[in-house]
Amino acid sequence: MQTPAPFEYERATSVDGAIAALREHGPEARIIAGGHSLLPMMKLRLANPEYLIDINDLHELDYIRVEGDELRIGALTRHVDLLESDLLHRHFPVFRDAEEVIADPVVRNRGTIGGSLCQADAAEDLSAVCTAAKGKVVIRGAEGERIVGMDEFHVGPFMTAVADGEMLTEVRLPLRAGGGSAHEKVERRAGDFAIAATSVALWIDGGRIADAGIALAAVGATTVHVARAEELLRGKAPSDELIEQAGAIASEDCSPIPDGRGPVDYKRHLAGVLTKRALRRSAARALHTEA
Amino acid sequence: MRVTITINGEPVSGDVEPRQLLVHFIRDTAGLTGTHWGCDTSNCGACVVLMDGKPVKSCTTLAAMCEGHEIRTVESLEVDGQLDPVQMGFHELHALHCGFCTPGMLMTTRALLDANPDPTEHEIRTAISGAICRCTGYKNIVAAVRWAAEHEATTRQEA
Repeated sequence: MQTPAPFEYERATSVDGAIAALREHGPEARIIAGGHSLLPMMKLRLANPEYLIDINDLHELDYIRVEGDELRIGALTRHVDLLESDLLHRHFPVFRDAEEVIADPVVRNRGTIGGSLCQADAAEDLSAVCTAAKGKVVIRGAEGERIVGMDEFHVGPFMTAVADGEMLTEVRLPLRAGGGSAHEKVERRAGDFAIAATSVALWIDGGRIADAGIALAAVGATTVHVARAEELLRGKAPSDELIEQAGAIASEDCSPIPDGRGPVDYKRHLAGVLTKRALRRSAARALHTEA
Repeated sequence: MRVTITINGEPVSGDVEPRQLLVHFIRDTAGLTGTHWGCDTSNCGACVVLMDGKPVKSCTTLAAMCEGHEIRTVESLEVDGQLDPVQMGFHELHALHCGFCTPGMLMTTRALLDANPDPTEHEIRTAISGAICRCTGYKNIVAAVRWAAEHEATTRQEA
């Protein structure tokens, strides 16, 4: 039987209350929402929190809305709602692409965006999605809020910038004109973690790429932000040759390890091919020419 | 800790450890062994029950998290000797072999039909993509769900 080690449990009734409990119980306390990353880790004794703070009642953290020039997503927003949100899809179709292939529909009923990001598993899709979309996260503690970019958020494998006594409350995505985005993933079986996946966002202005976001999942110790390919794309008109070059950079700049999902050369090849596909789809979406 | 969960419309209380999983609360405290405890890793879907009408994997949900929520298990499908259309579909079209995945399949597809009364084959296959039939009887399971969708109105009328 797989059962987590013993812990104490508390159901939070407010964000401030959850933060107070996190402070009181220190590094051995963890937030639990959907639990579909944390409970499996606890069953395997890879995570051993002594105190769990259940935030499932904090409905004020469950939303997708536009505020000013940002799209804001509450940390408790579940995968199923990210998948089904037309508002999110209109601005960032990369989310629906990814959500269709994250776990399975039953798991998606429980898992949350905050949980996925805080798990910081390099193979997890939403970290790549938010990195490509140039997202920032809001981290709240007793002293107030701080806003952290995705590059700073990922500190290491399964490690984030969220400190003891803090919790992630929101994801913010800047809204800009001319955007198109896409997620491409190859997995062994339906619902599995990626062998490799690529998230891309492009902003095209006057036929040229004003800005680009490219991030890879499952081919590095953390989410791989392919800044060198973004640099290459900026200011240029999308073309087959340019996309070919960006794919080659993605293939070079990742650092996969060989495991049961495949050898290094195969994963590098996938990273390149998936980046090219995601770039083509993002450009087509930005230019409204998608078939 | 004292936990009270509404299961199939009845409140069930028990003194449990916070680490107790919903699947064990259902089977051991409520004594409802229709819900199967399978892979324990949220992959196989045998333990699926409905939480406030939505399918969830009860092996990856703490019992303590369900206080104040409505849980429905496979035992709730049959009412006064009348099988649910999904159960009738599985019976009519031989959609089970060993039967281990069946409770989860029934609850997953019951939730599908509640949300989408006329699903396509693709929608059915997507809905059960988190449920593994190790006898690989998917073809008959998909057909049974279509049968249930087509007979939902008439079987309910007869009941």
